[in-house]
Amino acid sequence: MAKKAGASGEAKTTLEVIPKAPTGIKGLDDITGGGLPKGRPTLVCGGTGCGKTLLGMEFLVRGATQFKEPGVFMSFEEKSEELITNFASLGFDLNELVAQKRLALDYVHIEKSEIEETGEYDLEGIFIRLGHAIDVIGAKRVVLDTIEALFSGLSNENILRSELRRLFRYLKDKGVTAIVTGEQGERTLTRYGLEEYVADCVIFLNHSVTAQIATRRMRIIKYRGSSHGTNEYPFIIDEHGFSVMPISSIGLAHPASTERISSGVERLDSMLGGKGYYRGSSILVTGTAGIGKSSLAAHFVNAGCKRGERCLYFAFEESQNQIIRNMRSIGLDLDRWVKKGLLKFHNARPTLYGLEMHLVAMHKAIEEFEPSIVVADPISNLVAAASEADVKSMLSRLIDYLKMKQITALCTDLTTTASSIERTEIGISSLMDTWVLLQVMEGNGERNRGLYILKSRGMAHSNQVREYHLTSQGLQLRDVYIGPGGVLTGSARTAQEAHDRAESLEHQQEIERKRREVARKKAVLEAEVAALTAGYEAEKDALEAAIATERQREQARVEATHTLGKGRQEDVSKKSDANDRGGRK
Amino acid sequence: MKKHNKKDDSSAPFKDSAQEFDLAMEQNAQGHYVLRLFITGMTPNSRKAIENVKRICEEHLQGSYELEIVDIYQQPIFAKEGQIVAAPTLVKELPPPLRKFIGDMSQTERILLGLDLRTKK
Repeated sequence: MAKKAGASGEAKTTLEVIPKAPTGIKGLDDITGGGLPKGRPTLVCGGTGCGKTLLGMEFLVRGATQFKEPGVFMSFEEKSEELITNFASLGFDLNELVAQKRLALDYVHIEKSEIEETGEYDLEGIFIRLGHAIDVIGAKRVVLDTIEALFSGLSNENILRSELRRLFRYLKDKGVTAIVTGEQGERTLTRYGLEEYVADCVIFLNHSVTAQIATRRMRIIKYRGSSHGTNEYPFIIDEHGFSVMPISSIGLAHPASTERISSGVERLDSMLGGKGYYRGSSILVTGTAGIGKSSLAAHFVNAGCKRGERCLYFAFEESQNQIIRNMRSIGLDLDRWVKKGLLKFHNARPTLYGLEMHLVAMHKAIEEFEPSIVVADPISNLVAAASEADVKSMLSRLIDYLKMKQITALCTDLTTTASSIERTEIGISSLMDTWVLLQVMEGNGERNRGLYILKSRGMAHSNQVREYHLTSQGLQLRDVYIGPGGVLTGSARTAQEAHDRAESLEHQQEIERKRREVARKKAVLEAEVAALTAGYEAEKDALEAAIATERQREQARVEATHTLGKGRQEDVSKKSDANDRGGRK
Repeated sequence: MKKHNKKDDSSAPFKDSAQEFDLAMEQNAQGHYVLRLFITGMTPNSRKAIENVKRICEEHLQGSYELEIVDIYQQPIFAKEGQIVAAPTLVKELPPPLRKFIGDMSQTERILLGLDLRTKK
C-alpha cells in the first residue's frame, strides 16, 4: 500500500518533495536530506547494542524538545523505569517530559509462560494502548522498540503478521512518524522480516570490532521517494547522545579565501610570500622526532589566539598540561588562552577508539567549539588505530570538512629517519596546501634544525633551507647562510661566520687604508696646486705692473709727440697724428 | 458495550485495592477465582469469548469465582494497566500465578488446564 501511495504521489507532481520529520540528531538529518519520512514508519535495524533504542528515544526527545512534536515510546524490552534511568545518563530527563505530557512511555510486557492461546485473537490491545497514548498527548512521533518481542511471546505467526501489517497501516493512518526497531537476523535485515512491512525507510546500524577497536556505523538502506547518502557513516554515542558524521557527502566545492594569516613566526611569514598561510588552507608540518613540529604548531596557535581567534588543538600524543608546560620553555604561554576560552585541547590516544570514531569525535568537537584554527598533532599516530588507506581517507574527509568551514588546519606528521624525508607516513601530502618540512642536518658531530617550504599552493615562497633555533623566545629562524659546500649550520656555521667576519674586517681595513691614501694624495696635490697658484699670482702681479709701466711710458711718448707737432704746426703731421690716435685706441 | 457487570455471588464492587486484596486473600483460601476478561467491543471474537468464559465458569467454578468484563474500547487505560496485548484476553488474577488466556476461548481444555481445574475435575 505504501508503494501505491508513493507511486501515485510521484505521478501527480514530480516537484512535490516528500515531507520529512527532522530528527534533530547531529548528522542524521544531513544524510537523510532533512529527516525521516513524515507520517510514515521507519525501520531501524541492527545487532544487539548497536544503539537502536537510543536512536528511537533521541528521536522522540528531540522531537518533543526541539520540534514541539510529542512522542510515544512503546517498549517491549525495557521497563519504563529502566528507560528513565538509562537515559538519565545521557542527560535526557524523561520524567520531566512525561510530566509535561510531551512524552508517553508504555512498557508492553509479554511473557510466554503466562500466556495461553485459546483460539482466534487479534492485537487490539496494542492498538488501543498506542491509540490511547497518542491521543492523550497528541503525539506526532511513535517508537516501537522492538515489536519483534511479540514473536517470542505469541506463537501464532499468521495472526502476528497480519496484525503487524495492520499496525503499520494504522500508524500511517494516524499520521505519526514512527520508528520501528528490529533485531538483525542471520540472513535478513531483521529476524522476523519486519522490512516486509516497513518499506518507506530502512536504517541499518552496525557495531563492528576490527583489531579490538569498535566502530559504530550507520547506513540508509532505502528511503523511498527521497535521495539519501548511501555510504556507511560512522557515528558515536556519547554523553550527549547520537552524532552521525556525514563527512563523505562533502564535495570539492569549498570556498577559497585570499586572506592571509600569520604562522606565528615572523620570518616564516616572510618566507611564505611575506604574509603567512592562507586562511582555510591546510598546512602540513613534517619532520623527525624532536625537531620542533609541535613548537611550530604552538606558535601558530599562539598567533591565532592573539588575534582573538578560537583554536582547537587535537593532541594524540601529549596531555594538555604537558603541552602547556613544554611550550612555556620556548616562551609561549598557552595557558592564558585556555583560561580565556580561546584555546581548547582535545586529547585522545589514537587507540582509544576507532578511526571513524576519532573523526566523529573531532567533527563533533569542531562543531561545538567552532574554531577558526585546528591543529592535529600528530596525525601519523592515527595509523596506530587503522590502516594507512583508512587514515588517508579519514584525513581527506576531515580536511575537506575543515575547508568547507574555512578553518585553517595545521597537521603535524612524524617521519621516521629511515624513510625518505619528503614522504609522509600516510601519504597525505597531496591533500595539503602548504608543506613545511623540518629537517635535521647532521654533520660535524652535531644535529641542527633546518626548515624549508616544500610547497605552498598559490603563493610565492622562499626556496631556501633556513636554520632555526628553539630559544626561550620561541622558534627563531636564522639568516640564510650558504657556504661553498652548501648550507652551513651550527658550529660550522659559527666558525664560517667568524671567518667571514675576520675576512670582512680585513677588507674593511684595506678599504680604509686605500681611502686614507687617496685623501693624502689629494691633500698633496692640493698643496702643490696652491703653491703653483701662488707663484702664478706673484708672476702675474709683476707682469701686470710691468704692463702698466709700459703703458704709462707709451702714453707719455704719445703726448710728447703731440705736443711737439702742435708746436711745429705741420699739416702733414695731421695724418700721422690720426694714425697714432687710432693705434692708441 | 459498558463495563460488564460482575457475575458474582459474594461481594459488592471493591472500593480500594487494599480492601480488594484482603478480601481476595480471604476468598482465595477457599479456592476463589478472580477473573477479568478484556474485550474490544462486540466483535465476533469478543462475543465468543464472553460466551465461552461464562460457560466455563458456570460449569467448573460455580459459586467460587468473580468475573469482570472490561471493554478496552471504552476504557483504554485498562489495557495499559492490565498489560493487555491481544484481544480478547482473560486474566486470572487469583489464585496465583497470574495467567493470561488470549483468543476466543474456544479451546476449553487449555483454559481448564491453565486454571488448574483439569486435575481437580
